[in-house]
Amino acid sequence: MSEIATDLPRQQPASVVTEGGLVRGLLIAVAIVFLALFLVLPLATVFVQAFAKGWDAYLAAFHEADAHAAIRLTLITAAIAVPFNLVFGVVASWAIAKFEFRGKNLLITLIDLPFSVSPVVSGLIYVLVFGSQGLIGPWLIEHDIQIIFAVPGIVLATIFVTFPFVARQLIPLMQEQGTAEEEAALTLGASGWHAFRTVTLPNIRWGLLYSVLLCNARAMGEFGAVSVVSGHIRGLTNTLPLHVEILYNEYNFVASFAVASLLAGLALVTLGLKSLLEWRYAGDIAASGRRH
Amino acid sequence: MASPPLRPRRRFRQPSVIPGFGLTLGYTLTCLSLIVLLPLAALVVRASGLGLSGIWEVATDPRVASALRVSFGISALAALTASLFGFLVAWVLTRYDFPGRRLVDAVVDLPFALPTAVAGIALASLYAPNGLVGEQLAKLGIQAAYTPVGIYIAMVFIGLPFAVRTVQPLIVEIDKEIEEASATLGAGRFHTLTRVVLPPLIPAVLTGFALAFARGVGEYGSIIFIAGNLPYVSEIAPLLIVIKLSEFDYGGACAIATIMLGISFVTLLAINLIQAWSRRRFGYV
Amino acid sequence: MSSETHQTRSRRSLALSACLATALLLAGPVFLTGPVSPAGPARADSELLNVSYDPTRELYKDINAAFSADWKAKTGETVTVRASHGGSGSQARTVIDGIPADVVTLGIPSDIDAISRLSKKIPADWRTKLPNAGLPYTSTVVFLVRKGNPKGVKDWGDLVKPDVKVITPNPKTSAGGRWNFLAAWGYAYEKDGKDVDKANAFVGELYKNVPVLDTGARGSTVTFAQRGLGDVLPTWENEAYLVFEEFGRDKFDVVVPPTSIYAEPPVALVDANVDKKGTRKQAEAYLQFLYSDAAQAIFAKHHYRPLNRAAAKPEHLAELPELKLFKIEDLQGNWDDIQKKNFDNGGLFDQLSKAGR
Repeated sequence: MSEIATDLPRQQPASVVTEGGLVRGLLIAVAIVFLALFLVLPLATVFVQAFAKGWDAYLAAFHEADAHAAIRLTLITAAIAVPFNLVFGVVASWAIAKFEFRGKNLLITLIDLPFSVSPVVSGLIYVLVFGSQGLIGPWLIEHDIQIIFAVPGIVLATIFVTFPFVARQLIPLMQEQGTAEEEAALTLGASGWHAFRTVTLPNIRWGLLYSVLLCNARAMGEFGAVSVVSGHIRGLTNTLPLHVEILYNEYNFVASFAVASLLAGLALVTLGLKSLLEWRYAGDIAASGRRH
Repeated sequence: MASPPLRPRRRFRQPSVIPGFGLTLGYTLTCLSLIVLLPLAALVVRASGLGLSGIWEVATDPRVASALRVSFGISALAALTASLFGFLVAWVLTRYDFPGRRLVDAVVDLPFALPTAVAGIALASLYAPNGLVGEQLAKLGIQAAYTPVGIYIAMVFIGLPFAVRTVQPLIVEIDKEIEEASATLGAGRFHTLTRVVLPPLIPAVLTGFALAFARGVGEYGSIIFIAGNLPYVSEIAPLLIVIKLSEFDYGGACAIATIMLGISFVTLLAINLIQAWSRRRFGYV
Repeated sequence: MSSETHQTRSRRSLALSACLATALLLAGPVFLTGPVSPAGPARADSELLNVSYDPTRELYKDINAAFSADWKAKTGETVTVRASHGGSGSQARTVIDGIPADVVTLGIPSDIDAISRLSKKIPADWRTKLPNAGLPYTSTVVFLVRKGNPKGVKDWGDLVKPDVKVITPNPKTSAGGRWNFLAAWGYAYEKDGKDVDKANAFVGELYKNVPVLDTGARGSTVTFAQRGLGDVLPTWENEAYLVFEEFGRDKFDVVVPPTSIYAEPPVALVDANVDKKGTRKQAEAYLQFLYSDAAQAIFAKHHYRPLNRAAAKPEHLAELPELKLFKIEDLQGNWDDIQKKNFDNGGLFDQLSKAGR
C-alpha cells in the first residue's frame, strides 16, 4: 500500500475526455459487481452468520471471561504497537523525505520488507530469536524473562507486521511537499522541532491519521504472525482473531462470527472514519497533497 | 523538489539546512535493525546452517518446489486479476460520478482492515459447495473452495486494494489538457487512452501488481480455510513451513522461509526502483 | 553552519538516538513481562498450564474445574488450570520453544518423545512415571457418515472404493490424522497376510480418495459436517460423538468398524518447567487426579475410553462399543520407528503423496 489515495477525485464535467454513456455504465456495473462479489459478500456473510440465532446468542458471545481477556489483550497490543509505529513512521519519513543520501532505495525497501514477509515467517523469526532454542533464549530463561508465548512476543510480532504502515504512507507525502517550507521557517529562526510542529505536521496530518487508522485495524486483526508466537493459552495469550479461530474450532459458529463481526465492525468504522475525513477535509487534504 | 538530484557520489548525503538527520536516521536504523533485520538475520543464519547446497536441496524437493509453484503461480495469476479489475475500479472511482461512489471507494480498503482469519472463514462458507456462491458455481461444474480456485479467490481478495490504491492517485493527477489535446488532434477515445493516458500509469500498475503478488505469496490466514491443502495440488508454501515446524524440522522451515524472503526482497526492491525511476521520468510516483 | 561541525553533530546524535531507541525497545518487553506473563512471580494461588491437543477442549474444561475443586477441598489452595489447544505436533513445538507448560496431554506418544529428545524438558523414560504408560484414558478411530450411510461404509476396506470421498486431517500436522493413517495401515496389514507392501498400497489408495487435508482434526470435522464435503470422516471416537451433540444426531450416523486402532493419547509432567516455576506438587497432583474415579467418570462422559471402567457410569460405557483393537507397536515396532517410517520427511506418507499426484 505504498500510495493510498488521500486526495479525493474532483468532480469532472462531461467532455470529450470521457467514454460514451453506454461504455461508462458498463464499466461502472462491472466494477460494482466485482467488488460486491469479492469484498461485500464475505463481509455480509460475517454479519449474517453472527445474527443467525438472534440477538441473545450474539450478545452471549461477549459475556464470557475468555472473550473479555481476548478483547483486553487486543487493546493492550494495539495500544503499544500503534504509537510505536506512529513515532517510527514520522521519524523515518523525516529522515528519508527531507534529506538526500545514498542507499535510500535500499532503506525504503527494508522498511517495506515486513509487508511482504509471510505472516507465518514473521512469527517464526521471533521464535528463532526468543525461543528456548533461539539466539538469546538461554539468556532469557536464565533471567526468567518470557517473551514469546506471552504478551511481549505478541506485541513484537504485531509491531513487525504493521511496521511499514505509517512510514510508507508518509514518505511519498513528505517527498512531494519538498523542503522549501521548512527551510523558510528555519531561515526565519525557528528551531527544527518548531518547524516540524508548525510546518510539517499540519501538512501531513491527514495522511498520518489515515495511516494510523489502518495500522490500528491491522494491529488488532493480525492472525498468522500472532498465532505462531501466542501459544494459545486460554484467557492469557489469545487475541481476538485467535479467539475467533478457537470458537470456530469448538463448533460455536455463532459466537465465532459474532466476535469476527466485532473485528469486521472495527474495519467498517475505520473505513467510515477515513471516508468522513476525506469528505470533511477534502479541500485541506487536496491542498496539502498537491503543494509542491 | 527543493534539492535537485545532483547525486555527488563521494558524499554520503547532500548538505541541507534542515536539522535532525543524524537523530532521525539513527532512530530509524536502530528500530529497523532490532525489529526487522535482526530477527530476519536469525532466520537466514538458521537456514544457512544447512549450507547453500542444503537450501538448494530443500528448494528442489518436489513437494517444496510444487508448493512454491502453487504459491507463486496462483499469486501471479491473482495479482494479474487484481491489477486488471483494480485498474478498472480505480478508473471508475476517479473518472465517473455515480450514486454511492464514496461508499464503493471505502469498500475497496476492506481487505486491509478485515482480519485474514475472518476473511478466510467467510470466504470458505461462501464458496463451499453448500455455500451461497459455491452452490451456483457447482451448477456450472466449478468447485471453488478446497481447490486451487479457492486459493486464487482468497489472493484476489487480499490483493485488490493494493492494485486500486497505487493507481488511483495517478489517475487523479492525469492532466486533462493532454487528453483534450489528443482529442482535438483527431485521436479517437481508444487511441487517446492507449497512447496518451495509459503509458504514464504503467509504473503504478506494475507497483500494484508487485505488491499484490508479494502479499499473495505470503498469505496464510485466509487461504488455509479455503484451500484443500493437498500436497502437489493446493498446498501453499507458508503451510509447508507450518508443516515443517510441526515435524520439528526448523532447518527446512527456515530454508523455505529464506527462499520466500529472498523473492519478496527482490520484488520489493524492483517496486522501489520502478518508483524511483518513475519519479525521475514523470515527476511523480 | 560548516559541513564539518554538522557532520560531527550528526554523528553524535546518531549514536545518541541509537542508544535511546535500544533502551526503549528493551525496556518495553522487560516491563511487560512482570505482571502479565505466565512466568511471572507466583502468586499465593498457583496456576498450572496444560498444553493439550485439539479435540480435548470440552474434556479439560470439565477436568480442570473438577481438579480445582478437589485441590481446594484437600489443601485449601486455589489452583487455576489454564489450557492451550492446537494440533498435537505444533503444541509439542511450543513446549520445545519455551511455553511454560506444567503438563502436556498430547495426541500421540511420539510428540512427547520429540519434546524429550529436542528440549530435554521431559525425561526420556516419561512412560514409566505414571500408571499405564502415561495413559489415563485411550480412544480409537470410528467412522462418521451421512445419515442412513448412503455409501454403505462398514469397514476400512470400503474407504478405498472409487466413489467414496474420505475427509481426514493431514498426518503431518494432526495426531488424529496419524491415528487414521496407522489404523488404515494396520487393517490392511492384518487382512492381507501381514504384507507391508500391500498395506502401504492400501493406504495410498485411501489417500487418493481424500479431497481436503485440513491441518487439524477439528478442521476436518468442520469440512465434513458444516461444509458438507465427503462421505466418511474417520475420526477420534470422542470427536464423532461430539459431532452428534453439536450438529444433531439426525444428520449423521456413527459406523464402528469391526477392527480399529488402540489410540494412545499420553500425558506427562514437564519436569524442567515445574521445577523452575515451583509447581511440581500441584502438577503431579493434577496428573494423579486424571487416574482418580472422578476423572475417569468424566473421560467416559466425553466418550474417551477410561482406564478404570468401574468408575464410569453405565450409560456412558454403553456408547463405547466392543471392537477388536490392535496396537500399532505390535505391528511396526517402537514409536521412534513408527514416526520415522511413516510421517517424517521422506516417510511413507510423503512417498504416497508423491506417487499419488
